[in-house]
This record gives sequence, structure tokens and C-alpha cells, in this order.
Amino acid sequence: VPAGIVGGGRVGGGNDFQWCFSQVKGAIDEDVAEADIISTVEFNCSGELLATGDKGGRVVIFQREQESKNRLLSRGEYNVYSTFQSHEPEFDYLKSLEIEEKINKIRWLPQQNAAHFLLSANDKTIKLWKISERDKRAEGYNLKDEDGRLRDQFRITTLRVPVLMPMDLMVEASPRRIFANAHTYHINSISVNSDYETYLSADDLRINLWHLEITDRSFNIVDIKPANMEELTEVITAAECHPHQCNVFVYSSSKGTIRLCDMRAAALCDRHSKFFEEPEDPSSRSFFSEIISSISDVKFSHSGRYMMTRDYLSVKVWDLNMENRPVETYQVHEYLRSKLCSLYENDCIFDKFECCWNGSDSAIMTGSYNNFFRMFDRNTRRDITLEASRENSKPRAMLKPRKVCTGGKRKKDEISVDSLDFNKKILHTAWHPKENVIAVAATNNLYIFQDKIN
Amino acid sequence: MGTGTGGDDSLYPIAVLIDELRNEDVQLRLNSIKKLSTIALALGVERTRTELLPFLTDTIYDEDEVLLALAEQLGSFTVLVGGPEFVHCLLPPLESLATVEETVVRDKAVESLRKISQEHSPVDLEVHFVPLVKRLASGDWFTSRTSACGLFGVCYPRVSSTVKAEIRQHFRTLCSDDTPMVRRAASSKLGEFAKVLELDYVKSDIIPLFTALASDEQDSVRLLAVEAGVSIAALLPQEDLEDLVMPTLRQAAEDKSWRVRYMVADKFSELQKAVGPEITKNDLVPAFQNLLKDCEAEVRTAAANKVKGEVLPEDSRETIIMTHILPCVKELVSDTNQHVKSALASVIMGLSTILGKDNTVEHLLPLFLVQLKDEYPEVRLNIISNLDCVNEVIGIRQLSQSLLPAIVELAEDAKWRVRLAIIEYMPLLAGQLGVEFFDEKLNSLCMAWLIDHVYAIREAATCNLMKLVEKFGAEWAQNTIVPKVLGMANDSNYLHRMTTLFCINALSEVCGQEITTKHMLPVVLKMSTDQVANVRFNVARCLQKIGPVLDSSALQAEVKPVLEKLATDQDMDVKYFALEAISGMYLFNLPTYIFSETFSFSSILFFFFSFSLSP
Repeated sequence: VPAGIVGGGRVGGGNDFQWCFSQVKGAIDEDVAEADIISTVEFNCSGELLATGDKGGRVVIFQREQESKNRLLSRGEYNVYSTFQSHEPEFDYLKSLEIEEKINKIRWLPQQNAAHFLLSANDKTIKLWKISERDKRAEGYNLKDEDGRLRDQFRITTLRVPVLMPMDLMVEASPRRIFANAHTYHINSISVNSDYETYLSADDLRINLWHLEITDRSFNIVDIKPANMEELTEVITAAECHPHQCNVFVYSSSKGTIRLCDMRAAALCDRHSKFFEEPEDPSSRSFFSEIISSISDVKFSHSGRYMMTRDYLSVKVWDLNMENRPVETYQVHEYLRSKLCSLYENDCIFDKFECCWNGSDSAIMTGSYNNFFRMFDRNTRRDITLEASRENSKPRAMLKPRKVCTGGKRKKDEISVDSLDFNKKILHTAWHPKENVIAVAATNNLYIFQDKIN
Repeated sequence: MGTGTGGDDSLYPIAVLIDELRNEDVQLRLNSIKKLSTIALALGVERTRTELLPFLTDTIYDEDEVLLALAEQLGSFTVLVGGPEFVHCLLPPLESLATVEETVVRDKAVESLRKISQEHSPVDLEVHFVPLVKRLASGDWFTSRTSACGLFGVCYPRVSSTVKAEIRQHFRTLCSDDTPMVRRAASSKLGEFAKVLELDYVKSDIIPLFTALASDEQDSVRLLAVEAGVSIAALLPQEDLEDLVMPTLRQAAEDKSWRVRYMVADKFSELQKAVGPEITKNDLVPAFQNLLKDCEAEVRTAAANKVKGEVLPEDSRETIIMTHILPCVKELVSDTNQHVKSALASVIMGLSTILGKDNTVEHLLPLFLVQLKDEYPEVRLNIISNLDCVNEVIGIRQLSQSLLPAIVELAEDAKWRVRLAIIEYMPLLAGQLGVEFFDEKLNSLCMAWLIDHVYAIREAATCNLMKLVEKFGAEWAQNTIVPKVLGMANDSNYLHRMTTLFCINALSEVCGQEITTKHMLPVVLKMSTDQVANVRFNVARCLQKIGPVLDSSALQAEVKPVLEKLATDQDMDVKYFALEAISGMYLFNLPTYIFSETFSFSSILFFFFSFSLSP
């Protein structure tokens, strides 16, 4: 295992590396249009494609350029491959509710032929999109001349069969299936199962299991809605299928717990098989305890042995074989604990930060405020804070580690907690499945960083 | 079949079809693809092979429905490319269709490939078809590998032993593919492939594959192996079953995953047939008992459907059911899950024919009675819908005391679909309970449905009356239902008055000319002056409907004047239907100008609205 996969702070020695700026996508303008705010980022299984969804219901797909020998500097940059409108704003007339077009989640399907497929979900509806290439066009009509003029009927003396001719590459995105009308509450997660034929979708109170080819029905596998909604104490915040065992999935709750369910045991998974919960420390109990313990994201490691959960102040790694406490806990921005009151007042305390693993499960990444994001090396226990910023956006420029001043005296290069910008938050990040390439969504900009081996 | 020269008129429609293969409108493309044989016929075999097929091979970007139609067409294209000698020309387009992501299209392409494989000569099969199968089997994407699974079986019997060995090797590889999709496809084709293999290879090749797939890490693969087990068991001699298949099947019946156990329960009858009576008695019956007591309701539901044990050995069927199955059935009657009870209710009555009169009265009757009182309407309905089985054995009278409250409750259920379901069983019940019982207990229910507030119920009630009259005869109708139906003609609610007309529509034919002319016609005619236009135009429609039952003097003397009057009604829909009736019955020679176009369209629209709006 390479030492210091989070890189940064140290130069030299073994496989250490530095994170470098690679690209930034999106407008530079200070005024950000609401619709342009990125709401999800996801690499596909090979890492060759990178998809983002935004609040305007659009999906943008970037493709990694082939590395060319004569342009050493451009090490596989990501360029726009396809852009399409996935969801439109709708209105639910029965409930008198607006349904936002915002893309909550994107999940790629394992590749099954030359085309690529992804699922995109807004609050209510999940769509399956096909992204395919076309490089041939049929030519030659019977009833039209080359220039499009109609030919007289009596001039048709022979039949012409169209011929396919090469043309400029065209990328098409077409909606293949629409999975609708199964969620009463807002969809927070979708996750493709390792059996390649089903996926689950979770909203605040229910989890449904779908077959990828069947749109008119889904099976409700978890329902935590109490008979009386006044007794509601807990909601589902995220759910994910196990990467290898097609019968296992987990879901996290607003109470900071995670339930693991086995679909082999019963058709309805109301009863969990495992229940992961860390006993609360009574000494740190406060008014905000419950809010900050709510889990905003849960992700299985690629190996399937661990899962990681993100709550407001920390990231925890759990061994699936140990339910009573996490095996690792990383503080993301502990310095905010004293600021919870004001974070509650400006609603930031309800921000849903996501988290992700690197390809070998040796490092994890999650976001913070002030366009900072954090990485933790699980082997060395080192951590680093980096910033997604245009200031140092020259190609191959190394990222400087950032420090937030927590003590009394602020050192040079440190930022005081009070000067953090809470409007600049990094909620969504993604790590290339095989390489040290990361994508970080900062409001309407997508930053891509790569490693540079020293 | 030439290509035609010199402004041939017959070319134009073909030219249109060819151009529309690329029309922007999917419907037109689909239409053209469906007439592909016409195009090919016009082009002739040579151009079909050299121009049309290459074009189609690359046309895989289209909508699924177009590709599906194309895949289907190509399956019967052999003659159009020049007969069996050239059938291999069809392989390239079908090969590319067999790799698309849409399962229905792939399956259709495979189906067509299987079809045309039979038209290949043994040589062509090895030169052209087998290489295609190998290409698909070693394709990069799992879509092509899943398609390959379905093709081994068709070429295996017709190739040399060397190629056979290769085919077996390819199949083996696919059974341990990395992706569960391919393993599932292999698992589902395992039984079929086993059928064409030599028995020795079934034992040496198929059994290990079966065992491996049946213990796959993914339960979605394991559950498909159950079905393969059924086919394989049927191929093996009895003495080999115990060693080669039974351990795996036993393991499947106790699988950790409920979906696998469900599959065993669902395929239980086939399984019994395949393994024969001895193993069934010793092995499967205990397994079945466990499935009936399974902790998962879905499994119990599937098992409950099989309690009749149709394929149990004739001589011991009754004993097995009495001693082993019935105790479980007794527990299922009070299961916590409604679907389990409902599945049981749909088959439990069938047990009575197997167990005979005494056992039915002693053991089954109490269970029927419990189910007739079940809290879920579906359970009660399923019992009622199968009454005929019991009737044959013990007569329905035994049940009638409990039946009646159950029927009444369903008849008044708050959900209209439940009411609709019970109405449909009324004629059956009436036939089995007899006219007296019916008059006494059920007649009032049938009449009450006529004024139900849901149109579908009123409509079904009308149809029900007709079926009852067919059963009990016109005289019964005249005494019991006709007076009540006609009485509704004076109801203050126009929907009820219309129901009278709908009933007459349904009843006139079964009641016959006399009742129709004497009793019904006067009422209909009187209603022609109803203040509601909907009633009046339904009078016109009713008259048209009952016309054939009436004699011509009544038609001329009574119907004609009324229709003529309605034809001058202020309401245009009434007018329309009156004229429609007059012309429909060929009553009079009307000048055609009366049928102007001005009102017909809107009237028809209105006509539909008047139905959909009724509450």
C-alpha cells in the first residue's frame, strides 16, 4: 500500500505524491444561477466517464481524453461528452406540490455493450438513460434527390437501398425507462444491485426494489412509516446495496444508526439482520446531539468488508462484522462544535455531506465548508485539508494544504474559524475507481484534481 | 422477381417503404420493417443479400420496437435471400441484434437464430453458425454472452464430435462467467442443453455445472438452477437420481434465500413428476411440509397453491394428503398473511374430490367455513368461486347456512371491485343453490345492485339478470324480476330509469317475444316522453335493440310512430339515435339527406361522455 495516499503535506519518499490541479468546469461569474448548482457527481465503473447532475435537472457527462504521447501535459483531461435535460419541473396536482427537477442522485450501470447507461433521480422519479455513439448515417432516398428535392413518381425506374456512410461522431442520450409513481416522499438514494438486474431507491420512509426492465411495479422492501405520523421519530437518510452480495443492503437513519438487511431472509426487510450503532457519550450530550448524529451518507467499501458513514462532524468506518462501534472515526471539522448554535440558525447544520472511498479503500474523502474538502489515509491515519479554488488553477499546480486555526493564536497560513465562508460548501465528491483522480463539486464548479508522483 | 425498369408503377409503393425505413416517425419505420419481406421480394434475392442485409446489419440504433420487429422478420427470411444455401447471410444482422441491451430484442434475435439454424446444412452450421455462437460466447460484453447461452442447444445435435466438445467447453465457461447476468442465462438454459447431450455427458458435464450453479453465491442464479434440476432429473435413470440430483434439490428446498425456496415450491408439481413416486413419497413430501410451514409468506403462498398434489402417485395420494398435508393446511387456514390464505382458498375446495365425501364433511368443511368468515374479501371470494368442486362431492346445501352471510357481506362490501367480483359468481351460485333458495335469499341482493351508485356494478347487475333468466327461464323472469325492473321506470332518479332500459336491452331476447311485447314495450314507449334527454335517446337505442324480438305489426304500429317523434326531438342526440334506430332496423325508406354530418360527430362524443359521467 502506498504510503500517504492523501499526499499533500510531504514530498518525497516512496510512493508519496502531491495533489495537483487539473481542470475546473463551470462559469467563473460571482452570481451563481440556482439551476447551475451541482447536486451530484459520479464516476462510472471504469472511470472513463464522469457524470454530474444539477439543480436545473441537467446531466453533464465528461469523457476522459485518451492520453497522447505528444501532449505530455494533458494527462487524460475530462471533456464534455454529452449534456441532456434529465428531469423537468413538474406539478403534482393531487397534492398541490411542486416537484423540483433537481437531480438528487446519479448511478452508472455496469457496462453491458458499447453504450453506457445511468440512472438519474429527482425527488420522485428515476430515469434510465442510454448514452450511445453514432458514427454512420444512411444515405440515398428513392423519392428524393441528393439535394432533397422530391422526384417524380414516374422517374423512379430502379429501387435504391440506402447505404451507410461514415459521419462525425454524434453522442446521443435517450431515455429508456421511467420509474415513476412509487415514492410518496423524497428520493434520497438509488443504488444498483450486484445482480445487475435490480436496484433500490430510498425515500424518507420507504425503500423500494425495482427490476431494471420493469417500470410499472416495484417491491416495497422497507417501510418505517408509523401508523400515526405524529409518532414519527426517525427517517431514512441513505441506502446502498452491497457491492458483491446481491442480497445485502444497508440504510442509515436520522438517529445515527445503520441497519443491514438480508433480502434472503424475507420478502419484506422490516426486520434488520444487523444494527450498527455507537453508544452515545453522555458527557457530550447537547441540544444538537441528535441533529449532528444524523447520517447523511453511507457507502460500502469496494471490498464489501467495510462501510463508511458521514454525520455532521465526522466520518466513521464500520466493519460489517462489528455492530457496536465503528473501527475508525475521523473528525472532519471538529472546530465547528462550538459554532453549532449559529449553524443551526443558518440551517447549515442540516447540510447533507457525502463521502467516498478511493479505489483501493485505503483513503476516504468528504467535504466541508469554505470550499475545503478533507482526505484521510486509513493506513497512516494522516489527514489533509485541501481547497477547491480558482486562485491556484494553473495546470499541474500543486494544492497547498489548508489549516483552520482552532487554538487562540492564528499562525501564518491558517484561517480562523470565524472567517470560514459557510455558503461555499462541498457536499459532493467522487474518486476515480482506479486512479488518483478526484472530482469535487463546489457550488456551480466542478474541480478535477490528479496526483503527481514525485 | 426482377427489379423492374422504366417507370414501373409497381415500384412506387416499394420505394416509399424503403424510404420510410428511415422516416423520423417510429410508427412509419415500424410499418416498413413489418413489410420487409415485400421490400426483399421486390429487390430480389441478390440485392437483398448484397444491399438490404448489410444496411440492416448496421441499423441497430433504432427504437426497441423497430429492432424487435426486425429480429422477428429475419427469422423467416430464408426464402427471400435465396433459400437454405444462402441462409447464413442472415447471421450478421441477427448477430448484431443479439448484442443490444434490450432483453426482448436479444431474445427475439436468439429465437430467430434458433429458427434459421435448422435451415443450415450440417456443413454450413459448422462453417457459419458455430463460429457465430463462439464469437457471441466470447464477446466482451455480457449481452452477447447471455445470447450465446440460448444457441448451444440448437447446434449441438448436428455437429461433429470435435465441435461438440468445443461447444461443451464454451458452455462450461459461461456457467462460471464473472457476471451474474451470464450465469443466470446459462442456468436457465442448462436444462435445455442437457436434453440434447448424450447421457454420459449429462452425468460428466451437466451435473457438476448444475451443482455449481445451484450453490452460486447469488441467489438469483441459484433459483434458476431449480428449474434446470427438474429437466435434468427427467433425463436421468431412476437409480442415478439419488446420487446426482437429489442432494442439490434437497439443499435448494432448504436454501437460506426465500426466493430459492419459493422456486422449489412453485415448481413442485414438475419436480414430483420428474423424480417419480418413490422419491416423492420419501423425500419431497417432508420437504413440502416444510415449505407449507416456511417462515416467508411468499413461499407459503406458492406452496399453498400446490396442496392438491395433482401428481402424487394415484394409490397413495389420499393417504399422503390426509396424514401429511392436511395438518399443515389446517394451520394455513388461520395464517397471518392474507395472500397465503387467499392462495389456499383458491385450491382447498379441490381437495374434496380427492378425499371423498366423508373426509370432506369431517375435515374440510370446517376449514371452508372458517375461510368463508375470513376478514379478507379475497379469501371468501376464492372459496365462493370454487363452490362447484364441493358441490359435486357433498352438495352445496351443507354450506348454505354459512354461505349466505358471506355472500351478503361481500355484496355490500365498501369496495366496488369486491361487489363486482361477487356479482360474477351469482349465476353459478344460483345454479347450485336452486331457484327457491335464490328467490328467498339472493334475489333482493341482485335487485339492489341495479341501483348501486357505481355504474360498473349496475352494468354487471344487468348482465347478471340476463344470465339468471337463462338459468331459471322466462316464466320465472316474468314473475320475479320483470315487475321490479319495470317498476324502476317510474323512479325519480334518471339513472335508475336508464337502468330499466339497459335491463330490457339485456332481457328482451332471453324473455322472448311475448313478455317483451306485452310487458316491456309499453314501458319503453312511455319513457319516450321522459324529460331527460339521456333517457329519451336510450329509449331509441333500446327500441333498436329489442326490435328483432318484436313482430312487425308491433313495430309498425307502436315503435315506428314513437321513433318518428323522437327523430324530431329538440335534442340532437335524441334525434341522432332515433334516426340511427330507424335506419338500423330498415324500418323505412329514409331520404339520405337526413343523415347530415353536422351532428353525428359531436353526438357520439356526447354519448360517450354521458356514460363516463354517470356516477
